[in-house]
Amino acid sequence: MYLALINFPLLAALVVWFMKPGIRRARVLPVVGTLHLALVILALSTTYRLRPDAWFRLDPLGGWILLTVSVLFVICAFYAPAYLALRPERDYAVFGVCMLGFLSMASLTAASRHPGVLWVGMEAMTLVTTPLIYYNHNKRSLEATWKFLMLGSVGLALALLGTFFIAYAADLGGLGEPLYFDRLIAHAHLLPANWLKAGFVLILVGYGTKMGLAPLHTWKPDAYGETPGIVGTILAGGVTSCAFLAMCRMYSVVSAAGEGPFARSLLIALGLLSMGWACVFMIRQTDLRRLLAYSSVEHVGILAFGVGIGGAATRFALYHVAANALVKIVLFLASGNIVRCYSSHGVQAISGAFRRAPVSAWLFLLGFIAITCSPPFAPFVAIFGISSAAIQGGHPAAGAAFLVLLALLFIAMGSVILPVLQGVPSRTRVRTPYKDTVGTTAPVAVALLLALVLGLWLPKPLDNLLTRAAMLVEGAR
Amino acid sequence: MSINLLLAATMLLNFMLVATSRVNKAIQLAAIQGSVLAVILLLMHEHWAFHVVLMALSTVAIKSVVIPILLTRAQARLKVIQEPPPYIGYTLSILLSALGTGLAFLLARRLPLQAGVLGTLFVPASLTTLFTGFLILTTRRRALTQVVGYLVLENGVYLFSLLLVKNMPLLVETGVLLDLVVGIFVMGIVINHIQQAFDSQDTQRLAHLRD
Repeated sequence: MYLALINFPLLAALVVWFMKPGIRRARVLPVVGTLHLALVILALSTTYRLRPDAWFRLDPLGGWILLTVSVLFVICAFYAPAYLALRPERDYAVFGVCMLGFLSMASLTAASRHPGVLWVGMEAMTLVTTPLIYYNHNKRSLEATWKFLMLGSVGLALALLGTFFIAYAADLGGLGEPLYFDRLIAHAHLLPANWLKAGFVLILVGYGTKMGLAPLHTWKPDAYGETPGIVGTILAGGVTSCAFLAMCRMYSVVSAAGEGPFARSLLIALGLLSMGWACVFMIRQTDLRRLLAYSSVEHVGILAFGVGIGGAATRFALYHVAANALVKIVLFLASGNIVRCYSSHGVQAISGAFRRAPVSAWLFLLGFIAITCSPPFAPFVAIFGISSAAIQGGHPAAGAAFLVLLALLFIAMGSVILPVLQGVPSRTRVRTPYKDTVGTTAPVAVALLLALVLGLWLPKPLDNLLTRAAMLVEGAR
Repeated sequence: MSINLLLAATMLLNFMLVATSRVNKAIQLAAIQGSVLAVILLLMHEHWAFHVVLMALSTVAIKSVVIPILLTRAQARLKVIQEPPPYIGYTLSILLSALGTGLAFLLARRLPLQAGVLGTLFVPASLTTLFTGFLILTTRRRALTQVVGYLVLENGVYLFSLLLVKNMPLLVETGVLLDLVVGIFVMGIVINHIQQAFDSQDTQRLAHLRD
């Protein structure tokens, strides 16, 4: 069952590779995405006994993340054919294979019970997403690809060393293979604290690089800036969520060992730093996509901050993984449409998007309102939960800083985005044939709707899943 | 004892790597370092079980044969011989790596090894190798030399993983080596594209994207 989650997209990737060239290659994506989502839901709703030595299992934490990634993938997959039809000069094979490879690796990461396998999944995910960043095949995207690859690889090397440190700690504590997370958590008190702490620092730096926490985020603006919106969505909502999961897995071991306060102070510091850094670079940002990249830096900062506060905030941080992913779809895809319209992602070149591409522009505006955590969208619920937990939970200063930064971020982002949408399109703009169609806007609207529904109503099964996932992050068994 | 000597040798190789300005030599040094790691692996085991020998052989094959050949080929095709001046001068780099070595020893004192481990220098050697790789990666301008830096960085991680080789399953170890090969392979492809697009692989030209 869990193996099917991993193998099925890989098989589909193989099929796409050997298909005849043409748009049909892109049409495979929505089919595979839908089936994958159905499989994830099936896996989450059925409970059955698993052999204790199984390498893969979808626990609530992995399940929550994979559900998010799968929904994100489905929406992107439905957007893909319409988008790719606008880019007939590109070969769809590499795109399709890499997208499906990403889905497979996300499943592997989410379902792995072992830190080594988790790491292999993250590394493989970096490699399959690399060709996606080079999608535009120009010098700028090449530069972005190189930075992404080098920084990602170095980060993952550090994460691997951190994983080895924790494995060595387990060895010192008399814990042999297999080092499943649940076993590590159960025997966490046996692990020597200094090795555990050193390991966690390395893992935080390593997976933090993949998440894009400041100051390890430098690949992010370049990578997001030079890729199509759809790839940006996969990176900002998918890869970062998986990296966050990897970080949470290790955090739960450290937390169960009683070293939680040490890890939490690091997470709070990095979280606030990311938000502040993002704010500085958002002010007077001249590139729409880089703006979104900094928004992504901000939101992974919120995730780290939420787990750092702990308690109720952890639950809201996990909730924010889904909220952030949904709204990121809206922002990246809608801005992708706008960028296509004006054939530029420089802010100066774009104005009057409301007139030129009204549907995308409205979706983008609503996405902006949602991502800056305004009610009634899901991110608001997350922010409200995290900040009130921070203030009630003995971190009033951090909570206040968090709220101030959010307000500043709202102003910074709004001052860049509103001029893009309002006004009249410049007469000297590059004319493009792009028009909003159902294919390029309906998936975006669905994502926005989901973000709205999630903000108003969390279904009971999801609520349970989330609560159990949060308990796992906190180191419960 | 001999293990400690070999660990010291990897640290010496680190200094040589930082000091060299020739890409060819850097590739060779990294390859030698890879072989030293394999020898350490063998010396750590009194009885050479099948999987230990297999791992040592695959380490040599990947770190000292396949990757160096891939890199040398790329180098020959791209006609890179002399490294352009790095962002940080060679003297300063060597001083920095000396400083890093000192820090690694300090840090290692706080991370005690299991009683009875033969090579006591594992942690400092691993951390210095990691640091050396990082230094090369960040201060050199040629994409190819940066890949060598990544290789050295991975050597550092691998060195530490030797402490775990008895307890980590083969699956994870193979995963690590496989990922390394694929990683370097993908980097090679990207380098090729850089060469074609920019007619050079000086990464200083990769500086269009900024805020």
